[in-house]
Amino acid sequence: MSNNSANSNNLVIAQKAVKQLRLEASVRRIKVSQAAADLKTFCLQNAHKDPLLMGVPSSDNPFRPPKSCSLF
Amino acid sequence: MGEMEQLRKEAESLKDEITAARKAVNDASLQDTVSGTAVVGRVQLKTRKTLRGHLAKIYAMHWSTDSKLCVSASQDGKLIVWDSHTTNKVNAIPLKSSWVMTCAYAPSGNMVACGGLDNMCSIYNLKAKDGNVKVMRELAAHTGYLSCCRFLSDSEIITSSGDCTCVLWDIETGTQKTVFAGHLGDCMSLAVSPDFKTFISGACDSTAKLWDIREGQCRQTFGGHESDINAIAFFPNGNAVITGSDDATCKLYDLRADQELITYQDSSIMCGVTSIAPSLSGRLILAGYDDFNCNIWDSLKSERVGVLAGHDNRVSCIGVTADGMACCTGSWDSFLKIWN
Repeated sequence: MSNNSANSNNLVIAQKAVKQLRLEASVRRIKVSQAAADLKTFCLQNAHKDPLLMGVPSSDNPFRPPKSCSLF
Repeated sequence: MGEMEQLRKEAESLKDEITAARKAVNDASLQDTVSGTAVVGRVQLKTRKTLRGHLAKIYAMHWSTDSKLCVSASQDGKLIVWDSHTTNKVNAIPLKSSWVMTCAYAPSGNMVACGGLDNMCSIYNLKAKDGNVKVMRELAAHTGYLSCCRFLSDSEIITSSGDCTCVLWDIETGTQKTVFAGHLGDCMSLAVSPDFKTFISGACDSTAKLWDIREGQCRQTFGGHESDINAIAFFPNGNAVITGSDDATCKLYDLRADQELITYQDSSIMCGVTSIAPSLSGRLILAGYDDFNCNIWDSLKSERVGVLAGHDNRVSCIGVTADGMACCTGSWDSFLKIWN
Protein backbone atom coordinates (compact mmCIF):
# COMPACT_ATOMS: atom_id res chain seq x y z
CA MET A 1 0.00 0.00 0.00
CA SER A 2 2.65 2.50 1.11
CA ASN A 3 4.82 1.52 -1.84
CA ASN A 4 2.04 2.48 -4.23
CA SER A 5 1.47 5.86 -2.63
CA ALA A 6 5.23 6.53 -2.63
CA ASN A 7 5.33 5.63 -6.32
CA SER A 8 2.44 7.96 -7.20
CA ASN A 9 4.08 10.71 -5.12
CA ASN A 10 7.33 10.28 -7.09
CA LEU A 11 5.29 10.44 -10.28
CA VAL A 12 3.73 13.75 -9.29
CA ILE A 13 7.17 15.15 -8.40
CA ALA A 14 8.58 14.00 -11.75
CA GLN A 15 5.63 15.51 -13.63
CA LYS A 16 6.14 18.86 -11.85
CA ALA A 17 9.87 18.77 -12.64
CA VAL A 18 9.17 18.21 -16.34
CA LYS A 19 6.56 20.99 -16.38
CA GLN A 20 9.06 23.38 -14.77
CA LEU A 21 11.82 22.44 -17.22
CA ARG A 22 9.41 23.03 -20.15
CA LEU A 23 8.74 26.52 -18.78
CA GLU A 24 12.45 27.30 -18.37
CA ALA A 25 13.28 25.92 -21.82
CA SER A 26 10.72 28.29 -23.41
CA VAL A 27 12.44 31.47 -22.13
CA ARG A 28 13.26 34.02 -24.84
CA ARG A 29 17.02 34.56 -24.89
CA ILE A 30 19.02 37.45 -26.31
CA LYS A 31 22.54 37.11 -27.64
CA VAL A 32 25.38 37.27 -25.12
CA SER A 33 27.07 39.95 -27.25
CA GLN A 34 23.97 42.15 -26.81
CA ALA A 35 23.70 41.41 -23.07
CA ALA A 36 27.40 42.10 -22.52
CA ALA A 37 27.25 45.33 -24.54
CA ASP A 38 24.28 46.55 -22.49
CA LEU A 39 26.07 45.78 -19.21
CA LYS A 40 29.18 47.62 -20.39
CA THR A 41 27.11 50.63 -21.55
CA PHE A 42 25.23 50.79 -18.24
CA CYS A 43 28.44 50.73 -16.20
CA LEU A 44 30.22 53.33 -18.31
CA GLN A 45 27.21 55.66 -18.51
CA ASN A 46 26.69 55.61 -14.74
CA ALA A 47 30.34 55.63 -13.71
CA HIS A 48 30.49 59.38 -13.13
CA LYS A 49 27.70 59.20 -10.54
CA ASP A 50 29.16 56.22 -8.69
CA PRO A 51 30.69 57.68 -5.48
CA LEU A 52 32.62 54.53 -4.53
CA LEU A 53 34.18 54.45 -7.99
CA MET A 54 34.87 58.19 -8.37
CA GLY A 55 35.78 58.92 -4.78
CA VAL A 56 33.87 61.25 -2.48
CA PRO A 57 35.32 64.73 -1.82
CA SER A 58 35.55 65.30 1.96
CA SER A 59 33.32 68.36 1.73
CA ASP A 60 30.49 66.22 0.35
CA ASN A 61 31.11 63.17 2.51
CA PRO A 62 28.36 62.80 5.15
CA PHE A 63 30.53 60.26 6.96
CA ARG A 64 33.39 62.69 7.42
CA PRO A 65 32.96 65.69 9.69
CA PRO A 66 33.78 69.06 8.03
CA LYS A 67 37.32 70.33 8.67
CA SER A 68 36.34 73.53 10.41
CA CYS A 69 35.29 73.48 14.05
CA SER A 70 33.38 76.14 15.87
CA LEU A 71 34.39 76.82 19.43
CA PHE A 72 31.78 78.41 21.60
CA MET B 1 7.33 2.10 -14.01
CA GLY B 2 7.00 2.99 -17.69
CA GLU B 3 5.76 6.50 -16.97
CA MET B 4 8.60 7.35 -14.55
CA GLU B 5 11.18 6.28 -17.13
CA GLN B 6 9.41 8.39 -19.77
CA LEU B 7 9.36 11.44 -17.50
CA ARG B 8 13.03 10.98 -16.62
CA LYS B 9 13.92 10.84 -20.33
CA GLU B 10 11.82 13.93 -21.02
CA ALA B 11 13.53 15.81 -18.16
CA GLU B 12 17.00 14.91 -19.51
CA SER B 13 16.01 15.95 -23.02
CA LEU B 14 14.66 19.30 -21.76
CA LYS B 15 17.88 19.94 -19.82
CA ASP B 16 19.85 19.27 -23.03
CA GLU B 17 17.50 21.62 -24.89
CA ILE B 18 18.21 24.41 -22.37
CA THR B 19 21.97 23.84 -22.59
CA ALA B 20 21.80 23.96 -26.41
CA ALA B 21 19.61 27.09 -26.43
CA ARG B 22 22.05 28.88 -24.12
CA LYS B 23 24.96 27.83 -26.31
CA ALA B 24 23.15 29.03 -29.43
CA VAL B 25 23.08 32.65 -28.15
CA ASN B 26 26.60 32.50 -26.77
CA ASP B 27 28.10 34.40 -29.70
CA ALA B 28 30.71 36.38 -27.74
CA SER B 29 32.07 36.59 -24.23
CA LEU B 30 31.92 39.51 -21.83
CA GLN B 31 35.73 39.51 -22.01
CA ASP B 32 35.59 40.11 -25.79
CA THR B 33 33.09 42.94 -25.39
CA VAL B 34 35.23 44.79 -22.83
CA SER B 35 38.64 44.07 -24.37
CA GLY B 36 38.97 47.77 -25.21
CA THR B 37 37.87 48.96 -21.75
CA ALA B 38 40.56 49.78 -19.20
CA VAL B 39 40.55 48.14 -15.78
CA VAL B 40 39.34 50.44 -13.02
CA GLY B 41 42.22 52.03 -11.08
CA ARG B 42 43.03 50.79 -7.59
CA VAL B 43 40.07 51.44 -5.27
CA GLN B 44 41.13 52.43 -1.78
CA LEU B 45 38.22 52.88 0.59
CA LYS B 46 38.80 53.99 4.14
CA THR B 47 36.85 53.19 7.27
CA ARG B 48 34.93 56.37 8.08
CA LYS B 49 32.89 55.06 10.99
CA THR B 50 32.94 52.03 13.25
CA LEU B 51 29.60 51.11 14.82
CA ARG B 52 30.30 49.61 18.23
CA GLY B 53 27.70 48.15 20.53
CA HIS B 54 26.92 44.56 19.68
CA LEU B 55 28.32 42.00 22.12
CA ALA B 56 28.50 39.01 19.80
CA LYS B 57 28.80 38.02 16.13
CA ILE B 58 26.91 40.18 13.66
CA TYR B 59 25.05 38.06 11.14
CA ALA B 60 23.23 40.60 9.01
CA MET B 61 22.80 44.26 8.20
CA HIS B 62 20.53 46.22 5.88
CA TRP B 63 20.51 49.90 4.90
CA SER B 64 17.39 52.02 5.07
CA THR B 65 16.46 53.64 1.75
CA ASP B 66 17.45 57.02 3.28
CA SER B 67 21.13 55.94 3.07
CA LYS B 68 21.66 57.13 6.66
CA LEU B 69 19.98 54.66 9.00
CA CYS B 70 20.77 50.97 8.98
CA VAL B 71 19.77 47.92 11.00
CA SER B 72 22.06 45.13 12.20
CA ALA B 73 21.35 41.77 13.83
CA SER B 74 23.63 39.98 16.23
CA GLN B 75 23.51 36.76 18.16
CA ASP B 76 23.75 38.86 21.29
CA GLY B 77 19.98 38.88 20.81
CA LYS B 78 19.63 42.46 19.62
CA LEU B 79 18.59 44.36 16.54
CA ILE B 80 20.23 47.79 16.53
CA VAL B 81 19.09 50.65 14.31
CA TRP B 82 22.06 52.99 13.80
CA ASP B 83 22.42 56.54 12.55
CA SER B 84 25.53 55.86 10.48
CA HIS B 85 26.45 59.56 10.22
CA THR B 86 26.68 60.07 13.99
CA THR B 87 27.17 56.40 15.02
CA ASN B 88 24.31 56.88 17.50
CA LYS B 89 22.02 53.98 18.26
CA VAL B 90 18.49 55.01 17.35
CA ASN B 91 16.90 51.81 18.63
CA ALA B 92 18.22 48.74 20.46
CA ILE B 93 15.55 46.06 20.12
CA PRO B 94 15.80 42.98 22.34
CA LEU B 95 14.79 39.80 20.52
CA LYS B 96 12.85 36.82 21.86
CA SER B 97 15.27 34.49 20.13
CA SER B 98 18.95 35.38 20.00
CA TRP B 99 19.63 32.99 17.12
CA VAL B 100 19.06 35.62 14.49
CA MET B 101 20.41 35.15 10.95
CA THR B 102 18.86 37.97 8.96
CA CYS B 103 17.36 41.44 9.24
CA ALA B 104 15.69 43.88 6.87
CA TYR B 105 14.60 47.53 6.76
CA ALA B 106 11.26 48.34 5.11
CA PRO B 107 11.58 50.79 2.18
CA SER B 108 9.28 53.19 4.05
CA GLY B 109 11.53 53.20 7.10
CA ASN B 110 8.54 52.31 9.30
CA MET B 111 9.47 48.72 10.09
CA VAL B 112 12.32 46.27 10.48
CA ALA B 113 12.19 42.49 10.39
CA CYS B 114 14.41 39.66 11.53
CA GLY B 115 14.48 35.91 11.95
CA GLY B 116 16.72 32.89 12.31
CA LEU B 117 16.72 29.52 14.05
CA ASP B 118 13.27 30.24 15.47
CA ASN B 119 11.96 29.60 11.91
CA MET B 120 9.93 32.81 12.15
CA CYS B 121 10.07 36.27 10.65
CA SER B 122 9.31 38.89 13.30
CA ILE B 123 8.16 42.31 12.16
CA TYR B 124 8.81 45.34 14.41
CA ASN B 125 7.02 48.68 14.14
CA LEU B 126 9.56 51.49 14.61
CA LYS B 127 6.96 54.24 14.52
CA ALA B 128 4.49 53.19 17.23
CA LYS B 129 2.67 56.16 18.78
CA ASP B 130 3.98 55.50 22.29
CA GLY B 131 7.56 55.43 21.03
CA ASN B 132 8.20 51.85 22.11
CA VAL B 133 9.40 49.44 19.46
CA LYS B 134 7.52 46.19 19.70
CA VAL B 135 6.71 43.08 17.69
CA MET B 136 3.93 43.76 15.21
CA ARG B 137 3.66 40.30 13.66
CA GLU B 138 5.33 36.94 13.94
CA LEU B 139 5.22 35.18 10.57
CA ALA B 140 5.38 31.48 11.35
CA ALA B 141 5.01 28.63 8.87
CA HIS B 142 8.51 27.82 7.70
CA THR B 143 9.76 24.43 8.87
CA GLY B 144 13.38 25.51 8.69
CA TYR B 145 15.55 28.47 9.73
CA LEU B 146 14.95 31.92 8.29
CA SER B 147 18.03 32.78 6.24
CA CYS B 148 16.92 36.05 4.65
CA CYS B 149 13.97 38.43 4.42
CA ARG B 150 13.19 41.51 2.30
CA PHE B 151 10.20 43.88 2.45
CA LEU B 152 8.27 44.66 -0.74
CA SER B 153 6.26 47.29 1.16
CA ASP B 154 4.80 47.81 4.65
CA SER B 155 2.28 45.07 3.87
CA GLU B 156 4.35 42.40 2.13
CA ILE B 157 7.62 40.66 2.85
CA ILE B 158 9.49 37.79 1.19
CA THR B 159 11.45 35.25 3.24
CA SER B 160 13.88 32.47 2.36
CA SER B 161 14.35 29.41 4.53
CA GLY B 162 16.37 26.33 5.35
CA ASP B 163 13.19 24.40 4.47
CA CYS B 164 14.13 25.00 0.78
CA THR B 165 11.26 27.41 0.09
CA CYS B 166 10.75 31.14 -0.16
CA VAL B 167 7.45 32.68 0.91
CA LEU B 168 5.57 35.91 0.16
CA TRP B 169 3.66 37.00 3.29
CA ASP B 170 0.76 39.35 3.93
CA ILE B 171 2.05 41.18 7.02
CA GLU B 172 -1.41 42.47 8.01
CA THR B 173 -2.97 39.01 8.33
CA GLY B 174 0.27 37.16 9.06
CA THR B 175 -0.52 34.60 6.37
CA GLN B 176 1.40 33.10 3.44
CA LYS B 177 0.28 34.50 0.09
CA THR B 178 2.60 32.43 -2.08
CA VAL B 179 5.07 29.62 -1.49
CA PHE B 180 7.96 29.48 -3.95
CA ALA B 181 9.10 25.85 -4.02
CA GLY B 182 11.67 24.32 -6.32
CA HIS B 183 15.10 24.57 -4.71
CA LEU B 184 16.59 21.23 -3.71
CA GLY B 185 18.62 22.66 -0.86
CA ASP B 186 18.38 25.26 1.92
CA CYS B 187 17.60 28.72 0.54
CA MET B 188 20.34 30.98 1.86
CA SER B 189 19.70 34.41 0.40
CA LEU B 190 17.26 36.46 -1.65
CA ALA B 191 17.16 39.81 -3.43
CA VAL B 192 14.22 41.76 -4.91
CA SER B 193 14.47 43.28 -8.40
CA PRO B 194 14.56 47.08 -8.73
CA ASP B 195 11.05 46.99 -10.27
CA PHE B 196 9.68 44.76 -7.44
CA LYS B 197 8.22 42.29 -9.96
CA THR B 198 10.70 39.46 -9.47
CA PHE B 199 13.16 38.19 -6.90
CA ILE B 200 16.13 35.87 -6.98
CA SER B 201 17.15 33.22 -4.46
CA GLY B 202 20.47 31.42 -3.89
CA ALA B 203 20.53 28.01 -2.28
CA CYS B 204 22.61 25.11 -1.02
CA ASP B 205 21.73 23.20 -4.20
CA SER B 206 24.32 25.51 -5.90
CA THR B 207 21.66 27.18 -8.05
CA ALA B 208 20.10 30.62 -8.22
CA LYS B 209 16.44 30.92 -9.25
CA LEU B 210 14.52 33.87 -10.66
CA TRP B 211 10.89 33.99 -9.46
CA ASP B 212 7.90 35.95 -10.76
CA ILE B 213 6.35 37.35 -7.57
CA ARG B 214 2.73 37.64 -8.78
CA GLU B 215 2.65 34.44 -10.89
CA GLY B 216 4.41 32.51 -8.12
CA GLN B 217 6.59 30.71 -10.65
CA CYS B 218 10.26 30.06 -11.12
CA ARG B 219 11.17 31.56 -14.51
CA GLN B 220 14.84 30.68 -14.75
CA THR B 221 17.43 28.54 -12.93
CA PHE B 222 21.16 29.28 -13.02
CA GLY B 223 23.80 26.66 -12.25
CA GLY B 224 27.57 26.60 -12.42
CA HIS B 225 28.57 27.07 -8.80
CA GLU B 226 30.17 24.05 -7.18
CA SER B 227 28.84 24.67 -3.71
CA ASP B 228 26.26 26.56 -1.65
CA ILE B 229 25.32 30.04 -2.84
CA ASN B 230 25.41 32.19 0.30
CA ALA B 231 24.82 35.62 -1.15
CA ILE B 232 22.90 37.06 -4.05
CA ALA B 233 22.14 40.54 -5.39
CA PHE B 234 20.71 42.22 -8.47
CA PHE B 235 22.98 44.18 -10.74
CA PRO B 236 21.69 47.80 -10.59
CA ASN B 237 20.07 47.70 -14.07
CA GLY B 238 17.94 44.72 -13.02
CA ASN B 239 19.12 42.61 -15.98
CA ALA B 240 21.81 40.61 -14.21
CA VAL B 241 22.38 38.80 -10.96
CA ILE B 242 25.56 38.41 -8.92
CA THR B 243 26.14 35.47 -6.58
CA GLY B 244 28.72 34.55 -3.93
CA SER B 245 29.42 30.94 -3.03
CA ASP B 246 31.24 28.58 -0.69
CA ASP B 247 33.22 27.54 -3.80
CA ALA B 248 35.23 30.78 -3.29
CA THR B 249 33.89 32.42 -6.45
CA CYS B 250 31.34 35.04 -7.38
CA LYS B 251 29.47 34.85 -10.67
CA LEU B 252 27.47 37.23 -12.82
CA TYR B 253 24.48 35.75 -14.65
CA ASP B 254 22.63 37.74 -17.31
CA LEU B 255 18.85 37.26 -17.07
CA ARG B 256 18.08 38.05 -20.71
CA ALA B 257 20.82 35.79 -22.13
CA ASP B 258 19.86 33.19 -19.50
CA GLN B 259 23.47 32.31 -18.64
CA GLU B 260 26.61 33.01 -16.70
CA LEU B 261 28.72 35.78 -18.25
CA ILE B 262 31.69 35.86 -15.91
CA THR B 263 33.26 34.31 -12.79
CA TYR B 264 35.19 36.37 -10.26
CA GLN B 265 37.91 34.16 -8.87
CA ASP B 266 41.56 34.09 -7.96
CA SER B 267 43.74 31.09 -7.16
CA SER B 268 44.81 32.81 -3.95
CA ILE B 269 41.23 32.93 -2.68
CA MET B 270 40.24 29.61 -1.16
CA CYS B 271 37.54 30.55 1.28
CA GLY B 272 33.81 31.01 0.90
CA VAL B 273 32.00 34.20 -0.05
CA THR B 274 29.52 35.28 2.62
CA SER B 275 28.06 38.48 1.25
CA ILE B 276 27.90 40.54 -1.93
CA ALA B 277 26.83 44.00 -3.07
CA PRO B 278 27.28 46.04 -6.26
CA SER B 279 28.27 49.72 -6.31
CA LEU B 280 25.76 52.21 -7.76
CA SER B 281 26.90 51.82 -11.39
CA GLY B 282 27.56 48.11 -10.98
CA ARG B 283 31.18 48.58 -12.05
CA LEU B 284 32.42 47.51 -8.63
CA ILE B 285 31.35 44.34 -6.87
CA LEU B 286 32.10 44.20 -3.16
CA ALA B 287 32.22 40.71 -1.70
CA GLY B 288 32.80 39.61 1.89
CA TYR B 289 34.79 36.44 2.53
CA ASP B 290 35.42 33.96 5.35
CA ASP B 291 39.08 35.12 5.53
CA PHE B 292 38.03 38.36 7.29
CA ASN B 293 38.42 40.50 4.15
CA CYS B 294 36.22 42.05 1.58
CA ASN B 295 37.43 42.05 -2.04
CA ILE B 296 36.45 44.70 -4.54
CA TRP B 297 36.13 43.41 -8.12
CA ASP B 298 35.97 45.30 -11.42
CA SER B 299 32.73 43.67 -12.59
CA LEU B 300 33.51 44.04 -16.32
CA LYS B 301 37.21 43.09 -16.32
CA SER B 302 36.94 40.49 -13.55
CA GLU B 303 40.02 41.78 -11.75
CA ARG B 304 40.47 42.48 -8.07
CA VAL B 305 40.91 46.23 -7.68
CA GLY B 306 40.76 46.68 -3.94
CA VAL B 307 40.51 45.12 -0.51
CA LEU B 308 38.66 46.22 2.63
CA ALA B 309 40.80 44.93 5.45
CA GLY B 310 39.88 45.91 8.94
CA HIS B 311 37.84 43.22 10.57
CA ASP B 312 39.24 40.68 13.02
CA ASN B 313 36.87 37.94 12.03
CA ARG B 314 34.65 36.78 9.16
CA VAL B 315 32.80 39.48 7.21
CA SER B 316 29.24 38.18 7.40
CA CYS B 317 27.30 40.93 5.66
CA ILE B 318 27.77 43.87 3.37
CA GLY B 319 25.53 46.57 1.97
CA VAL B 320 25.89 49.63 -0.25
CA THR B 321 23.63 52.64 0.39
CA ALA B 322 20.89 53.44 -2.14
CA ASP B 323 22.71 56.66 -3.07
CA GLY B 324 25.94 54.70 -3.51
CA MET B 325 27.86 56.93 -1.08
CA ALA B 326 29.17 54.24 1.24
CA CYS B 327 29.32 50.57 1.96
CA CYS B 328 28.87 48.92 5.33
CA THR B 329 30.50 45.66 6.41
CA GLY B 330 29.35 43.63 9.42
CA SER B 331 31.52 41.01 11.04
CA TRP B 332 31.71 38.19 13.53
CA ASP B 333 34.10 40.53 15.39
CA SER B 334 30.88 42.36 16.53
CA PHE B 335 31.62 45.60 14.67
CA LEU B 336 30.14 47.30 11.63
CA LYS B 337 32.35 49.52 9.54
CA ILE B 338 31.31 52.22 7.09
CA TRP B 339 33.68 52.72 4.15
CA ASN B 340 34.03 55.15 1.27
